Amino acid sequence: MADSFSINDEMSGRRKFLVAATSVAGGIAGAAIATPFLLSMMPSERAKAAGAPVEVDISKLEPGMLLMVEWRGKVVWVLNRTPEMLESLVKVEDQLADPNSDKKQQPDYAKNRTRSIKPEFLVVEGVCTHLGCSPVFRKDVAPADLGSDWLGGFFCPCHGSKFDLAGRVYKHVPAPTNLVVPPHVYLSDSRLLIGSESEGAV
Amino acid sequence: MSNLFNSMIAWIDKRFPLTSNWKAHLSEYYAPKNFNFWYFFGSLALLVLVNQLLTGIFLTMNYKPDASQAFASVEYIMRDVDYGWLIRYMHSTGASMFFVVVYLHMFRGMMYGSYRKPRELLWLIGMVIFFVLMSLAFTGYILPWGQMSYWGAQVIVSMFGAIPSIGEILQQWLLGDFTLSDAALNRFFAYHVVTLPLVLLVLVFVHILALHETGSNNPDGIEIKENKNPANGIPVDGIPFHPYYTVKDIVGVVVFLIVFCGIIFFAPEMGGYFLEYNNFIPANTLQTPDHIAPVWYFTPYYSMLRAVTVNFLGVDAKLWGVILMAGSVVIFCFLPWLDRSPVKSIRYKGPYFKVALTLFVISFFVLGWLGTKSPTPLYTLLAQIFTVIYFAFFILMPWYSKIDKTKPEPKRLKE
Amino acid sequence: MKKITIALLILCLTPFSVLASESGMPLDRAPVDITDNASLQRGAESFVNYCLTCHGASYMRYNRHRDIGFTNEEILNKLVFTGQKVGDLMQSAMRKKEGEEWFGVVPPDLSVIARARGADWLYTYLRAFYRDDATHTGWNNLVFDRVAMPHVLYQLQGEQKLIVKTSDKGEQKSLALVKPGQLSAAEYDKFVGDLVNYLVYLGEPHASERKKLGIEVMIFLLGMLVLSYALKKEYWKDIH
Repeated sequence: MADSFSINDEMSGRRKFLVAATSVAGGIAGAAIATPFLLSMMPSERAKAAGAPVEVDISKLEPGMLLMVEWRGKVVWVLNRTPEMLESLVKVEDQLADPNSDKKQQPDYAKNRTRSIKPEFLVVEGVCTHLGCSPVFRKDVAPADLGSDWLGGFFCPCHGSKFDLAGRVYKHVPAPTNLVVPPHVYLSDSRLLIGSESEGAV
Repeated sequence: MSNLFNSMIAWIDKRFPLTSNWKAHLSEYYAPKNFNFWYFFGSLALLVLVNQLLTGIFLTMNYKPDASQAFASVEYIMRDVDYGWLIRYMHSTGASMFFVVVYLHMFRGMMYGSYRKPRELLWLIGMVIFFVLMSLAFTGYILPWGQMSYWGAQVIVSMFGAIPSIGEILQQWLLGDFTLSDAALNRFFAYHVVTLPLVLLVLVFVHILALHETGSNNPDGIEIKENKNPANGIPVDGIPFHPYYTVKDIVGVVVFLIVFCGIIFFAPEMGGYFLEYNNFIPANTLQTPDHIAPVWYFTPYYSMLRAVTVNFLGVDAKLWGVILMAGSVVIFCFLPWLDRSPVKSIRYKGPYFKVALTLFVISFFVLGWLGTKSPTPLYTLLAQIFTVIYFAFFILMPWYSKIDKTKPEPKRLKE
Repeated sequence: MKKITIALLILCLTPFSVLASESGMPLDRAPVDITDNASLQRGAESFVNYCLTCHGASYMRYNRHRDIGFTNEEILNKLVFTGQKVGDLMQSAMRKKEGEEWFGVVPPDLSVIARARGADWLYTYLRAFYRDDATHTGWNNLVFDRVAMPHVLYQLQGEQKLIVKTSDKGEQKSLALVKPGQLSAAEYDKFVGDLVNYLVYLGEPHASERKKLGIEVMIFLLGMLVLSYALKKEYWKDIH
């Protein structure tokens, strides 16, 4: 039995290696333990089920009418646009910030002038891209408060952002981008599925 | 790189005692060099504590302390939350393993006389930790709101009703209702996730401070501080806790994790001991299960609660049961003053102590086993006999420890 | 003393039999294998056909059955009847109040019944119904005396009657088939076996994943053990 022992200030190669190897293994273990904890904070199966795609019957949606649908706790608008409304889209284009929808606020199949799959049906999230208020549908032409060049669109009461009837944002308003078009697909002429791009994932 | 590191440490040291604490509690905390198997359980208890805190926080994110939703929210965690099942099993297994580790830690103290002077206060702090741990286990077991949660809590809370004159009002005050209900579940949840963990953390901190004041005991039960190297003032039989005991404890941790993960992944119910079968039935306030037993770590005390069947000294059996049960735990606090042996460690104690400790361990296990069984006349008789042995270990200790034939303690640690 | 301690520890950790039936009747061993997807799928279909009418499994989502090899399409076609979505919970078609009126008790939710009762109990129970005119359903059960549930599967199993033999060892109860059902005895046992297997899966859908992950964790820990032991040895050279 030694009376005392010597502390090796200079670590041997073997010791260095073992310390490094154990540290690495410990680091891997730590990361492996952290993973399930972090994943547990992702949307649960219940949240996923509640956020599942929503099927909407659009056969009774008259031209000019707006249907509000809830998907993932957000309001989604389905607007059946009249021919006049579709014409207005061309007229307001020089007042818009992003008339060609260059910013990725919509799936590729909705990157067109009407921002839709079928020209008359607009499917768009009713959430202002400024700070998340829900804009108001104002289809009246040239109302007193919005000015004589207003051809109909969406007006956000919170901070005055304006969008046209394709959800495109006007210039010189707080909102930076066009309204978001959610993934959607037509299951038939009368059945629209919001939240999914394929028919299988019901 | 190392210069940058050093100057960073220096910057901190001017503002916070980092290096001095590192030295005082790790790299220059001198621990006896002969720690054996039994000395793993302190650091393992700390590991389990961290496990319980961490998993507990994540369970709280999804658990609902509401009598109508609690059971379903546990199953929600088990099924719908990603890896919720793992976190829940880590917590439920951790609860039982906490007691395994703490019981072994306490047994170590009893074998090697770690409660003796100068560590009486360290032992007492440890006992308070044990009481808090029992409260944590009890309040936690209620939360899933299954049949065992409900009826177990019912039995425990009814014990307060045994206290003369104030019993009934005390019981109502504890429950916040005239019966065990949502109100109690909600407040027990508050105790379980806020009050008791906070108290526990403070106590564990104090426990370690007290330990580092007196220094660790060891299997020989002699004080290494009494034999210092005159040149540097370091105990000749001491070695720095870090790195020697840190690397050793890592091995202990890995072995423990193998057992721990073995249970979590391959036997999370542990044959009905860690998760009782009846607790998979939602609480039914109108129907007691055919057989109720507490979780295994409470069964020895539960046996003693049931062992008293007659009134005597003008006190009824129910109250005696409660007194005995409380006494069986509190009596550990008196160990430092009950033990009159001239030596600390079992290595140098005589046959009386060894026999007494063996009988005590046997009675603890037998009482624990009986606590899981439905009472029969034979079992009740056995419980009574072993309750007497259990208490005799403590009450007779001043006598047998004094007349015991001890061996002389060595001056230096044996290898 | 160490030996005694260990012996007692082992004794204490031997599973105790709270799962024995109330009647004390010996339980038959259920053929449980939660990795057998074909059996689980058959059990799932039987479950939704025979059990889900009255009992819920309301902690379980239909789409979880992808675990046992079903596709979403198959789940919709084979398991979901009531116009629910695949992500929905398996609620019972019957309302609680009706259950109480019809049977005197609300039929319990079966999500975790296998964890509460044990597979063997369920396996024995579902095969131990017999005709008994003294009860209001006309059925009784050897392992659950005066159970409120009638024998839902009697068309498959047929009808059994109770035979009591009295010997010096006391009463011995057994069952005999008096009216055969659509299935032979062996077929019926297999049917119930699949159903119980499914109930075990239903009690803990993650059990297979748990064991799989457990093996990976164990392998890692064994490697870690070798490494940490070598590290400890290396440092403790200083002392010994």
